[in-house]
Amino acid sequence: MTTQNTDTSVKTGPIAAAIISSGIGSMFIGLMTTGAVLSPGLKNLLNLWNPAGPLTGKTTVGILAWLISWFFLNSSLKDKDYELNKAFILTLILLGIGFFFTFPLVFEAFE
Amino acid sequence: MSLTIREFWTAIHGMMLGAGFLLSFSGGLVGLYNLKSNILTLEGLRINLILLKWGMSIMAVFSWLTVITGTYIVYPWYRAAPPEGADLSLYPRSFLKANPALSGWHVFGMEWKEHVAWISPIVATAVAYLVWKYGPELIKNPKFKKIVVVLFVLSFLTAAVAGLLGALITKAAPIL
Repeated sequence: MTTQNTDTSVKTGPIAAAIISSGIGSMFIGLMTTGAVLSPGLKNLLNLWNPAGPLTGKTTVGILAWLISWFFLNSSLKDKDYELNKAFILTLILLGIGFFFTFPLVFEAFE
Repeated sequence: MSLTIREFWTAIHGMMLGAGFLLSFSGGLVGLYNLKSNILTLEGLRINLILLKWGMSIMAVFSWLTVITGTYIVYPWYRAAPPEGADLSLYPRSFLKANPALSGWHVFGMEWKEHVAWISPIVATAVAYLVWKYGPELIKNPKFKKIVVVLFVLSFLTAAVAGLLGALITKAAPIL
């Protein structure tokens, strides 16, 4: 969604891309954390390095999701304006999902 | 007075890198707060912005190094499986889980810390990027500055949770 933003003298699209993608990365860490509890297959798949276990895969997926989404969002928004309030709220929601699904009382409830 | 190699790396992870990030937070917050054209001269704004750019970038690097050393150096020692009949005090995860009075430190504490901590460097990097690339907007646009401040605080809070739990878990089951 792109709208005219008269509050700043720079295009706000890249700003939105940066913050939203950080939320996406955080969300994926949360989803992988809870997903690994729900699915032993996923848990095994996320075990990229045995000494540190599935944490390696959970965080690698989160980082990849962050960087890839940043690349694509920035590519599509770089010359556009994006309403910062909406981007911020979306980021907080995504971060909230990440926090929620990394909280032990949540993901351990699925064990 | 000596440290084992494991104690050394645990100290690097928690007391140098992690604590370094947490302690610099207040400086970053004050720097962001002070970016106001009605309280600083042009030269003051220019200098503050340079300090913020470098400060935020160094903080982001510290955050990454903290989680990387934690996950790939210290955590394997924490979660190593003990051989049959081993002294569990040398295997912190197993030691904590074997004691009902202490198991919460792993089941809740470590399980939260090891996951939530990784959110901090992602958000810290976004903050550093925004400060570096859009520094002058922090002065001109209060809405944008508020967004950066909130994200900066969230990055700190996730690191603070991880740091506090790490300090307490180390107290209950140190990596020797």
